[in-house]
This record gives sequence, C-alpha cells and structure tokens, in this order.
Amino acid sequence: MATMTLLEGIRDGLFTEMRNDDRVLCFGEDVGRNGGVFRTTDGLQKEFGEERCFDTPLSECGIIGTAIGMAMYGLRPVPEIQFQDFIFPAFDQIVSEAAKIRYRSGGEYTCPMVIRTPYGGGIRGGHYHSQSGEAYFCHTPGLKVVIPSTPADAKGLLISSIRDEDPVLFLEPKKIYRTMKGEVPEGEHVVPLGKGRIVREGKDCTIVAYGAMVETCEKAADELKKQRGIDVEIVDPRTLVPLDEKMILDSVRKTGRLVTVYEAPKTGGFGGEIAAIVAENAIGSLEGPIVRVAGFDTPFPYTLEGIYMPDVRRVVRGVERTFEW
Amino acid sequence: MASKKRTSSNGSTRTKPQARHAAKKSSASTKSSPKSKGGKKAASSARSRTKAPTSSRGSKILGVLDRGTVRDPGLSDERLLELYATMVRTRVMEERALVLQRQGRIGFYVPCTGQEASHIGTAAALMDSDWIFPAYRQAGIPLLRGVSMEQIVDEWYGNDGDICKGRQMPVHYSFRSAHFVTISSPIGTQLSHAVGAAMAAKYRGEDTVTMTYCGDGGTSENDFHCALNFAGVYASPCVFICENNGWAISTPLEYQTASETMAVKAEAYGIPGVRVDGNDILAVYQVTKEAVDRARQGKGPTLIESLTYRVGPHSSSDDPTRYRGDAEVTDWKNKDPLERFKKYLRSRRLLTPKQDEALFAAAKEEVNAAVKAAEQKPNPTVSSMFDDVYRDLTPQLREQRDELLSLGEAKSEHEGYFPL
Repeated sequence: MATMTLLEGIRDGLFTEMRNDDRVLCFGEDVGRNGGVFRTTDGLQKEFGEERCFDTPLSECGIIGTAIGMAMYGLRPVPEIQFQDFIFPAFDQIVSEAAKIRYRSGGEYTCPMVIRTPYGGGIRGGHYHSQSGEAYFCHTPGLKVVIPSTPADAKGLLISSIRDEDPVLFLEPKKIYRTMKGEVPEGEHVVPLGKGRIVREGKDCTIVAYGAMVETCEKAADELKKQRGIDVEIVDPRTLVPLDEKMILDSVRKTGRLVTVYEAPKTGGFGGEIAAIVAENAIGSLEGPIVRVAGFDTPFPYTLEGIYMPDVRRVVRGVERTFEW
Repeated sequence: MASKKRTSSNGSTRTKPQARHAAKKSSASTKSSPKSKGGKKAASSARSRTKAPTSSRGSKILGVLDRGTVRDPGLSDERLLELYATMVRTRVMEERALVLQRQGRIGFYVPCTGQEASHIGTAAALMDSDWIFPAYRQAGIPLLRGVSMEQIVDEWYGNDGDICKGRQMPVHYSFRSAHFVTISSPIGTQLSHAVGAAMAAKYRGEDTVTMTYCGDGGTSENDFHCALNFAGVYASPCVFICENNGWAISTPLEYQTASETMAVKAEAYGIPGVRVDGNDILAVYQVTKEAVDRARQGKGPTLIESLTYRVGPHSSSDDPTRYRGDAEVTDWKNKDPLERFKKYLRSRRLLTPKQDEALFAAAKEEVNAAVKAAEQKPNPTVSSMFDDVYRDLTPQLREQRDELLSLGEAKSEHEGYFPL
C-alpha cells in the first residue's frame, strides 16, 4: 500500500497496465512530452517511449477516430481528451462508431478502448473546463461509463476498464485529482465494473452520488448526523453503465428514502435515471419523495461555480426534504 | 453565398459537374467561377512540388485505356479476367437488388453501378491481408475478396444467416474474413479508423496497409481533415480513395469544395495526391498499386481521387431526375467502366462475346440462387436483439430481454418503408 492522490492512482493504473500489456497505448493532446496538462501521464513516455505514449494533433475527432481503428486492429488504446468539455468534436465517433461496432458487425469487430477525460467543476474553469456530460454518454448503448471517487478505485477501475472488451468512457473528477488522498494497493489491483461501493452505512436515507460529489455528501452526512441525528447511507455506483441497481435498491429498501446528487444540470441528469429505477422497483419501500440535488439548468458559471455546484448545505436540505411532505 | 447564386440557374447547375470533370482534363482549365482562383493556386503549387513522387501528378488525370498517361500494370490474363468477372457479378447483383427493392422484397439499396472499376481496381492492388474501411458504394470488393453471394444477399434480407444479424440496413456489410470492416451510415467516420489501424499495424511491425473510401461529399466532413492530417503526421501506411462521382445525393460537386480538385487537398497534409480516371480499371489499379507500395515501404499515405460517376440513384429512395439531366448520364454511360474494360480484353483476344455472355448468365444464376436461399431463412431471433451490445449482457439488458420474452410472441406493428 502507498498513499496516493486520485491523480496518482490513475497514473499508477496506467503504468501498471502498460507494463503488463504492450497493446496499451496512451496518447492525446500534450500527453507525451508534457505528461498531460494535469501531469496524469507524466513519466509514461520516458518509460515506454514515443511509440506507446505520444502527442497528437489538436483534434479530438482524430484522437478518438484513430483510437477506434487501433482497437479494431487489436490494440488497447487509452486516448485522453484534455477536458471532457472538448469531447464533442468526437461525439459522433464515440456514439456512432465506438459504441456500435460490436453490435452492428454482429460481433465480428470490437472496440476495446478507454477514453480518459477529466470532468466536473470546482477548479475555476468556467463553462468549458467544468462540465459534467455523463448523461449524454450513459444514453448510448454499447458504451460503458466509469467514474472513480477514490485513489484506489481510480487505479482499480482504470485497470478493469483497460481490460474490458468494450469501449469505456472513464470520467476523472478533476476537482479531487490532488485533494483526494488514500491508500492504493501496489501492482495488480482490480475493481470490477458494475459493482458499486457503500461509502458509509446508514439506516435513515440513501444518497447516491459519484465523482467529486461523494466527498460533499460525506460532509453532509456528518452534518445530518450531528445536527439532526439522521443516519445517512451513501452509495457510490462507481460505474454508471452498467449500473449496480441492486446495491441502490437494497439500500433504499433498507432506508426508505433516496436523494441523488450530481453536478450536471438537473434536467435529464443521471440522478433522474436512478430516481426512476427506484420508483419503478421499490416504490413500496419509499417513505418520502425522491429528491434530486444537482447543478442548475444553466450553463456552468465561472464566478459563481461554488454556488452552482451542489454543496453541503443543499445536500442537507435535500435529505431533510425526504422527511417533509 | 456563392453556392446559392448557382442554384438559381437550373440548367447550368445540372450540367456543371460534368463540365467540371471535363474542364479538369486539361491542366490549363479556365473556369468562370471566382471561386476557382483559390483552387487553381493550390493546383499549381501541387504541380510545383517535386519531393513526393506522385504529388506532381496531382492535377493530371491518369489513364491507361484511352489516355496512355500511366503505364499498363501488366496483369496476368487470369487476373484481368478475374477483375472483369467481378465487375460483371457486381453489375448483375446490383441490378437484381434494385428490382428486389422495387418489389418490396428488400428494404433499401445503394447501387454502385458505374463505379465498379473505381473500387474493384483499387482493392485489387492490395494484398488479401490488407484491411479495407469502406464507405457504402464498394459492393464489388467483398466479391473480389471471396465473400459468397449468399453472405451478401443474406445481409440485404437481414435474416438469420446475415453476419450482422439483421441489425443494419442493406449494404452496411461486415466481412471480417475478407478484412472488409463494418460499415456505418455517417459519412467519413471510417477514414480515421483506417489511419488508426494503419498506426496499429506499424506499431506492431506488421506490413498491413489499410485502404479507405469516401465520396466527394465525404471530403467536406471533419473526419476527412482529421484522418488525412493524422495520416500525414504519423506517416501511416494508409491509402485514401476519394471516389469523386460528382454528386452527394442531389448536391453537386461545387457545393462541396471550391478546390479545383480533391487530389490537391493532399498537398496541405504533406502527402501525395493523384487523380485517376476512375472508369479505367487498369489505371485505377496501377495508381493504387504505386500508393500501396509506397505505404508498405514505410513512405506514408496517399490520397487518390478517382473520377467516376454514379449512373444510378444515390439509393433506392432517390430520384436523380430531380437534380441532373439525361445528357450528363448518357455521357457517362458512354464511358462505362465495364464496356471499356471489355473492349480492352477483346482487343487482346482474352474474351469472346460468347464467354462474356456466359459470365453474365453465370452471375444471374449466382444471384438467383442466393436470393432463393435468403428468402427461405427466418428472421434473427427476438432474443438476439440484445446480444453484442457488450461482450456480456448487462443486468439491465437481461432484464429487458426477459421481460420482452415473457410477453410471448409478438407481431411487429411498425413495418414501414424507407423513407416514408
């Protein structure tokens, strides 16, 4: 075990898997020589050479398009999109191509690749360095969507994603890249896709949160315990697709209440999907309304980002609302 | 804005692409459009470039059959006849497909009639182990590479025998056995896949060359730029074939680009670009062979502009009389790639009229048998709809499948025709 930041967990995952499998290539804008604008890929080019870790033209569409060709040919590309906000030129390649290649070819061709990209707010990045676009991608059959919230999960989920036989969008909560520290197993460490994590156990209300919001919810849970004696259970699904519905439903059946917390705009957000799953399968267990605590239906603001993003105050209020109706 | 101005004049719009193709035969083309200035400049700079061996030919149309501007590839008699037979099989197959569509027996078709030399000739220059990333108008390539007519026709029917399991419209083939990569409908997306596969082959030290196709419309997509740019930067062993047939559905060439040719676009990416008479299979073969050899020798990618013409509609849903004149079509029918190749084979005494008739008759029989077989095969099972989304069914997919199956047998209430 070593103490690492979330970013170091990702880097350790890359080193581990690149040592383990010479089909793994990392590339993207400033990924090689500079080691990435966040330094996530720092040192990879030095160890593995320019053949396996390299810079690309400034072209998200080209990065993903070529990665798809590599994956079909038999490699395990791990392209980086510098910020998730810049992924949209590659949207067609991701949703029309990567996600559909296995299906449309009757399984003749596959596209095992991991698109790594930092997402989410909290770094004073304005609209174009802060957005949370997970819902666009969760709506695309054929694509998996993974979001870690701890350094150990970051490493273990990344390794699983690289080993997965299907394309994975690996969203990295950049707000906690360096602030989130934790113990990370050295060498081989695998966290399976599709299995959630109980962040803390509780009996009164379930919060489902992922990415940087997990930490916010933990603080809110402390507040609720201290101020109101409410015992909150937090579920981090870790992968949105495929989703560990069972863990969420089991938790809600136990607590009778659900709050979903996500940074993205409220309408059409993934927390709404979780609410629907619970309403469809466990309405008899609910003792109060399901509440979504989310970003607002505005573009992501620069100066007021701290107000826009769900904070402890709003999560506390959300949990309280499940008791008041 | 300039494009808009051109639409207002119906007659000139209809004949323009033909005129453009004709004008380009002469390197000293004089065009009245102000837009042509930029194109001409690019063309002349392409001509002045001498470093890359084929780039200097970027504005000249290369041909063997009538032009004599590129050498005869010297293919064996057997190979020549194989290529001709593949063109015949493709022609016959396509004619039958359109009839089947009109009869409501298959849902859709995208004919390549008139473009057989362009894609069969380019693909013939590859080794069987090379990968092809097609667009959707290269139907002769699977035949050339040994895919059976039955496998092709099963795809039109989307039946139980279809490799794609009935998941795509007709002509969106996938034939891994022939390294003919799964086709999608969005235009140009395959171009960068071919570059990525070429990069992967290079990384692995394999001598695979990749070849990819797009039309003149495809050059307007961002993917065209991304792909050529990456291929140039990484010197990828990839050959791009732009089959310039003058029309993107109803949109004529001049709405796609103000560039004088498609081949000159290569110059901006630092790679060679050549133009070839796409209805001259020997020229197409020879030019492509040179590009493939360059790629295999590690000398990087090439863009080949193959000048051809789609004699039929864009698809079974298209009525080309709405946007182009008969004279243009007749003119191109006179340059039919089959007829020209036949004339060559006859002049070399490789083909008698009787043998030719036999080839057509055999092809008809081959297609008939495949259609008969395809029509006897059932639809894919309902359960198969949920397979291959991922390697393994997710719990969600399993639940959705089981719920559907629990309802018992269903009759589709949504049988439609494309487009309505």
